[in-house]
Amino acid sequence: MKRIPTPLIALVATVLAAFGVSFFSDRIDPYYLDVMIGVGINVILAVSLNLVNGYTGQFSLGHAGFMSVGAYLSAAVTLLAGPRLLGEDGGTALQQGLLFLAALVMGGAGAALAGLAVGIPSLRLKGDYLALVTLGFGEIIRVIFQNVESLGGALGLNGIPNYTNVFWVYAFAALTVFTVVCLVRSTYGRGFLATQDDEIAAEAVGIDTTRYKIVAFVVGAFFAGVAGGLYGHFKLTITPTGFDFTKSIEIVVMVILGGMGNTPGVILAAILLTVLPEMLRAVEQYRMVLYSLLLIVLMLVRPKGLFNFNFTAIAARLRWRYLAARK
Amino acid sequence: MAAAAAVAALSAGSRAQEPIKIGEYASLTGKEAAFGQSSHKGTLLAVEEINARGGVLGRQVELITEDNQSKQGESATIVKKLISREKVVAILGEVASMRSLEAAPICQAYKVPMVSPSSTYPKVTEIGNYIFRVCFTDRFQGHVLAKVAKDTLKIRRVALLTSVSSAYSVGLAEYFKERFTADGGQIVIEQRYTEGSKDFDAQLTAIKAAGVEGIFVPGYYTEAALICRQARELGITVPLFGGDGWEAPELVDIGGAAVEGCYYTTHYSPQVDSPVVKAFVAKFQARFKGETPDAMAALGYDSAGVLVDAIHRAGSTEGAAIRAALAATSDFEGVTGLTAMDRERNASKAAFVIMVKDGRFTFVQSISPQRIAP
Amino acid sequence: MTEFLQQLLNGLSLGAIYALIALGYTMVYGVLRFINFAHSDVFMVGAFIGYFAGEHLPHDSIPGGLVALAAAMAGCAVLGIVIERLVYRPLRGGPTLNVLITAIGMSLFLEYTGQLVFGATPRAFPSLIPAKVIAVHGLVISINQLLVIAVASVLMVALELAVYRTKIGTAMRAVALNPKAAQLVGINIDVVISFTFGLGSALAGAGGILYALNYPSIDPLMGVVPGLKAFVAAVLGGVGNIPGAALGALILGMTETFIDGSRFSTYKDAIAFAVLIGILLFRPAGLLGRYSTEKV
Repeated sequence: MKRIPTPLIALVATVLAAFGVSFFSDRIDPYYLDVMIGVGINVILAVSLNLVNGYTGQFSLGHAGFMSVGAYLSAAVTLLAGPRLLGEDGGTALQQGLLFLAALVMGGAGAALAGLAVGIPSLRLKGDYLALVTLGFGEIIRVIFQNVESLGGALGLNGIPNYTNVFWVYAFAALTVFTVVCLVRSTYGRGFLATQDDEIAAEAVGIDTTRYKIVAFVVGAFFAGVAGGLYGHFKLTITPTGFDFTKSIEIVVMVILGGMGNTPGVILAAILLTVLPEMLRAVEQYRMVLYSLLLIVLMLVRPKGLFNFNFTAIAARLRWRYLAARK
Repeated sequence: MAAAAAVAALSAGSRAQEPIKIGEYASLTGKEAAFGQSSHKGTLLAVEEINARGGVLGRQVELITEDNQSKQGESATIVKKLISREKVVAILGEVASMRSLEAAPICQAYKVPMVSPSSTYPKVTEIGNYIFRVCFTDRFQGHVLAKVAKDTLKIRRVALLTSVSSAYSVGLAEYFKERFTADGGQIVIEQRYTEGSKDFDAQLTAIKAAGVEGIFVPGYYTEAALICRQARELGITVPLFGGDGWEAPELVDIGGAAVEGCYYTTHYSPQVDSPVVKAFVAKFQARFKGETPDAMAALGYDSAGVLVDAIHRAGSTEGAAIRAALAATSDFEGVTGLTAMDRERNASKAAFVIMVKDGRFTFVQSISPQRIAP
Repeated sequence: MTEFLQQLLNGLSLGAIYALIALGYTMVYGVLRFINFAHSDVFMVGAFIGYFAGEHLPHDSIPGGLVALAAAMAGCAVLGIVIERLVYRPLRGGPTLNVLITAIGMSLFLEYTGQLVFGATPRAFPSLIPAKVIAVHGLVISINQLLVIAVASVLMVALELAVYRTKIGTAMRAVALNPKAAQLVGINIDVVISFTFGLGSALAGAGGILYALNYPSIDPLMGVVPGLKAFVAAVLGGVGNIPGAALGALILGMTETFIDGSRFSTYKDAIAFAVLIGILLFRPAGLLGRYSTEKV
């Protein structure tokens, strides 16, 4: 019998665990719950950006723009279509859940389209230019939302229903990691890495770098959009300025800290960079100064990232020791 | 049995000595630190005074303040933290309407009363019946400004220069326009800008070409000061006027001679000849190194005062009881005037018209709600 | 007609400021092939140097203003050289992505340390130059605007002379063309690069003072938006090309001013980026740039 692949087991296990935790969520301190949800959302953002920046080497500084597209679109669905579909009483939990799922997927799809729109012009660009153009797209998206009155304009949307909970966040976080890991282990992953290593050489051996770049952008954007939807239904208020360049940078710092192209490292970094600021609220004003110093020092001293351990080697060594001890 | 009763009585007694926790969320750092710091000082002074008088319901008041750094998204988190971890009985905040809108749904969901010192955007209290404010709304402020334009400045043709990045500015502009045109005035031209802009030459040039008698700038002081400067540099001599977002010392620092003769409305003036105001100004100056309290400080002071008064009248720290008492506030004498909560949980109060004269904010007149009833 | 001419003048003045910043970007990119993200914050530091200098200088006097200008230029030159030495030089020769990330980190560091030290609320920049206004046929020209255009022109001419008539300028051009070959003929790359950074930063500092004179409200984040627009201007004109940067800045300044006065003023920020994307899609070398083939 064929072995069920580990990623799939991990996915199912995480989803079940998330469901379980969510069941007992009223026993848990709401503040801790909040932090957990924040961690989950950041994991989705960081892992999805890692696909674009880390694996495919396309340095994107506009991830928050995709997040905002997802946030706005999903909020529009729940705010506008919600009352009509759910009726006066708000519907049952199952109905709400289905609506939320639909809203998140639509938000992600919209963000994916935006990813396509950003990815295609960026194909010819490298390094610095790409960074700037993605930054520019992020800003353009922000300005557009600031001017669209039906989505609240500069005031944004509020009164978004509070649908986000631990289950949804961690289910999608698991899905994101699962998707990225599967992609990376497949031929696509080879394509991503080849594109990152040396684009011209890759093209020379017949790899369609265009396709891989676009796939990276679109998949990354989709999950950023989902994260945006989760964020919107968590904070209950979204404004265009909340998804600006600073937010993009925060996600970039997570990817760099974790090590570009290192999914477990990036997950650790996302957890650390969500929990640490909460614990250090007293010195909040130093946060961005520390982040920027971290970026500089990391690049000078350990550009591969802080958490870039060779997990496979460590796992192999541990397994060896376990097997040896059993004898 | 008697021992158990004694222990119960003792612990009840010691529990009664536990302070009553009130949460405050404000922009103590970041872009709007000036407002947040000001309102925080007013609130702090009020709480210290209340505690010096013995507190309320026999217990001291503990003010727990959290900083949202003037950033989006932070207010929601810190309010949840105040409610769930610190178990505050009520929340004070915020100065800016956008951030109040962020925290209000959370306070409403957890049934914790929230009292905003100076958020004037009408939608804030519409979020739910646990949300109150001790200031007037922009609906009222817009109508007052329309009246000022018509009766004090005596102008009929006005240009509108609105900040599209803030709920406050957009709302105030709408209400001004509504009343000004209903009274026979004309909005000749509307221009817009985003917060953070430094250059308004383009908009002002267009306004100048349209030939107006006055320019209404319902934004915050940073841009208002620059707008006045650039207007004067372009040779525009007509008056500029605005709302309570103008009030900050930076208006005169940055605006200089350009803001002379300009008008704005706000919630209070330290120059008002009333014993309550004079006492407040003296106490504030003594506590904060000679600083004269501005409208934000006064409103911060009153928000704490109104809340504690409601706790006193409710006789308990239960959310629903405080809420009912707040809604029933009918004649609280605050430093910003007599405060009563109307049915929409907004304070029905007078607006103060201020003119900049010789670089100082000079009180001109106060306009009460009755005077501008249509 | 008057309105049109007035907007033209406003655009010229805005474009001149963008030009000063753009020159720094374009020079550094030409020599080192990377975008110095921290450049916009050097601009901000220049404005703050002027602010603090202004506390010791007489207000409303032209000599006072010029002293502040010189101080800002000198201070920023030093800052630029120090940043290059400490942070960029160790990474030279490595992957460009790392330098990019470091530059972003440096930029953020300057911005947020500035916020920590100076506070985030805007400060009033002292009126160092007499703020007078000349009215000509309904057109209003402020002394500040004239000063901006004059100083920017003088500096640009000086830069052209420095780059084309001096030894170090020739060395700069050599390094921009081919760093390895330049080393082979005995040019000290380190000195040239430091000089480039110093020069570019000095211009940014000048830009900061002129900007603050015109828009006297300064805060630690003031450089972000003008910096991005100046970079767009540099790309528009052809990155690495000095007259191109000036041309691009002028065009961008004009376009922005006219959009600002129209119905679409709130799209102003997006316009700069739309221009960037358009240029990179259709004419990546810029208006005055030349295509170069990349050899592998």
